[in-house]
Amino acid sequence: MLSNITIGQYFPGNSILHRLDPRVKVLLLFFFLIEIFLFSNAVAYGIFSAVAFALMLLSGIPLGMLLRSLKPLWWIILFTFVIHLFSNPGTPIAKFWWFTLTWEGIRMGCFISLRLVLLILMSSLLTFTTSPLKLTDALESLLSPFRRFGLPAHELAMMMTIALRFIPTLIEETDKIMKAQQSRGADFTTGNVMKRLRNMVPILVPLFLSAFRRADELAMAMEARCYRGGVGRTQMKSLKTGGVDYLAIAGFVLLTVSLLGIKVLA
Amino acid sequence: MAFIKVENLTHIYHPGTPQESVALDKVNLSIEAGEFVAVLGTNGSGKSTLARHLNGLLLPTEGRCFIRGLDTCNEQELWQIRQQIGMVFQNPDNQLIAAVVEDDVAFGPENLGMDPQEIRAKVNASLQAVNMAKYRTFAPHLLSGGQKQRIAIAGALAMDTDCLVLDEPTAMLDPQGREEVLRTVQKLHEERGITIVYITHFMEEASVADRIVVMDKGQVAADGTPREIFADVPGMKKCGLDVPLAVEVVWQLRHQGIKLPEDILTEDELVEALEAYTCQSN
Amino acid sequence: MSIELKQVSYTYMPKTPYEHKALDDVSFTLDEGSFTAIAGHTGSGKSTLVQHLNGLLHPECGQVLVDGVDLADSSRTGRQAAKEARNKVGMVFQYPEQQLFEETIAADIAFGPKNQGLEGEALAKRVKEAMELMGLDYAAYKDRSPFQLSGGQKRRVAIAGVLALHPKYLVLDEPTAGLDPQGREDLIQIICRLRKKWKLTIVFVSHNMEDIARLADSVVIMNHGQMAIKAAPQAAFEQVGILQAAGLQEPQMLHLLHRLQAVGLPVKADGIQLADGIHAIKEALSHAK
Repeated sequence: MLSNITIGQYFPGNSILHRLDPRVKVLLLFFFLIEIFLFSNAVAYGIFSAVAFALMLLSGIPLGMLLRSLKPLWWIILFTFVIHLFSNPGTPIAKFWWFTLTWEGIRMGCFISLRLVLLILMSSLLTFTTSPLKLTDALESLLSPFRRFGLPAHELAMMMTIALRFIPTLIEETDKIMKAQQSRGADFTTGNVMKRLRNMVPILVPLFLSAFRRADELAMAMEARCYRGGVGRTQMKSLKTGGVDYLAIAGFVLLTVSLLGIKVLA
Repeated sequence: MAFIKVENLTHIYHPGTPQESVALDKVNLSIEAGEFVAVLGTNGSGKSTLARHLNGLLLPTEGRCFIRGLDTCNEQELWQIRQQIGMVFQNPDNQLIAAVVEDDVAFGPENLGMDPQEIRAKVNASLQAVNMAKYRTFAPHLLSGGQKQRIAIAGALAMDTDCLVLDEPTAMLDPQGREEVLRTVQKLHEERGITIVYITHFMEEASVADRIVVMDKGQVAADGTPREIFADVPGMKKCGLDVPLAVEVVWQLRHQGIKLPEDILTEDELVEALEAYTCQSN
Repeated sequence: MSIELKQVSYTYMPKTPYEHKALDDVSFTLDEGSFTAIAGHTGSGKSTLVQHLNGLLHPECGQVLVDGVDLADSSRTGRQAAKEARNKVGMVFQYPEQQLFEETIAADIAFGPKNQGLEGEALAKRVKEAMELMGLDYAAYKDRSPFQLSGGQKRRVAIAGVLALHPKYLVLDEPTAGLDPQGREDLIQIICRLRKKWKLTIVFVSHNMEDIARLADSVVIMNHGQMAIKAAPQAAFEQVGILQAAGLQEPQMLHLLHRLQAVGLPVKADGIQLADGIHAIKEALSHAK
């Protein structure tokens, strides 16, 4: 059912991860993901997994919920693993028809799938501990230096804010229009693709009309409240970087230095 | 100087096309600071069009509209006008911008470029004033219609507005929500002296105002105190409107030869008058 | 023949933090030919309730029977019967004009009967009949775009679109919301006519106690997902305490008459319509003399 959809997967809480400046979180995640790709030795992956696990515990979010975020991508992970098992030349272990299983294949398969798992888990950790609104603020702030190159940072953030505000309203509305047309005998579940697409018209037309009307009224309401773009605008909630954030950055630098050390020594 | 002065205001939608329609026809109106004016009229009588001229969302086809002497046609003065005239619209869903209540209330002051700490103070005070402080961190779509409208009012208050123009704020609400909104508006009028322009087609709501303006076919059909306006029962019905129950009862009883005072407006007054009537005849 | 609800319960988003019990053990019967009003504040469960009447929602437990057929019947034999039973219940949602989508008024009204398999002459006849019932002249309006009409007219087109299905039961969810006094009155008149002419069984969701008193022969008051009262309007309005707890007010005229009684005027507090109230007051005044 449509009304069961929740937006994003924010899990309210008050852990250290929740309290971090969202900008710091976004940047650290970005660099962490790069490092996952740069360092591909067993020790490094051990450290990455340990860090990820520690952060998951720190977040205070039930582990089951975090692991569930892997579910939609489970098949892709498995598929990549199997492909790598057989596609790497090296010491053969066994042979099935013309596929050769190699030690190197197993090693590579494990690395690549672990990489995917870490990627998904760490990104989910960001969205689980950061409300969509804070993410929007963070993006606006991080993108603002690019304004001089013509990037409309404020407008993008405003669009995201309005989208976040109206997605639940529009979902409710879609649900209502669908039910109204169903009550008039509309059928959305049978027939071939073309027929089904055509059957969507009685939903899409009212939905678009209503979205336009809403947009029109919203624009008016915004103007009535003196909105005239990002120029001269202030913000009630400005993002602040504090002690916890510096600690997190220091921790990350330490991680990077030790990874580099291990690589040089090896 | 009147707070709001509307002079010879005419507004024509889609001029020069087959859909051309005259929404306002040479309207003259002035409203003093601190007044509570209700505007009554059927759908299509021009009342919403009038409201949208008061803060320059629509500009006159002919005539002028002044707010404290500032002209809505003067683009430089428009932002000052909009800061002074807060507007609440009919559909509670289509005027809240942010995904969290307090961020929405902060939207106006942020546009005015206020200092963050000042905004915080204004937001808290405004939410308090509409009795919604404990919903500070809620998402708007989880609130009832009446609560959303009160948030919209708070959004205007946070801009230090002197006047609220409410365009059928209760049309989409249930009885509880209607009462919440009307109570809030009355309180703001009484306690802070905020000028109110309240558009509605609920007669009971209009009867709490100091003054009623009746719009019909783009013109001001009547203008006076609720007592004066509702005394003309046939006139109101001719405009497609109604009168409060107490007024209707008095009118009918008077027509059937029972001598009650003419200027009864509320149920309280009617009960009192009927009580007096029976004592008198005894 | 009737619509029968048997111990219907419904929960939104079960087993999540947003879990919300919208209906809690609701049972009642809507007899054929009856006019039932449903009242309650926003969130009292009345919208969830009406969506059960044509199978848009299926009860979590309990049954909804339309003319004896269980709407949630998913057995191979039952499915077709359930579909037909759902077809007997026309549903007019709140602000129905928001669901118009066709280029012409006639095409929009034809959407429902076309889904029922009607075409050609029979279809045109249905459309014409529905438009005329709603007070829309067929020749003048059929080829016009529904989007150029006034709000009140759009709503009539939308209701005609449901009537064209030839329902036996008609559910109207706050049909007069947002209309001005004249528009409200016009629509109420039409609903009265529908009932007389077509002998439709009507379910009418409303906050307006005057309308309920005027139209309905039975009223269901909902509060917190439960049925607080089901009675004839007169009897329901006597239970002022329950009404207030449900966020509703007694009709204004009744309120006035009760207050007159309280100050010692010997009025009979049984009128809700203006004429009845005036009559009661006059009577009391002549007695007092």
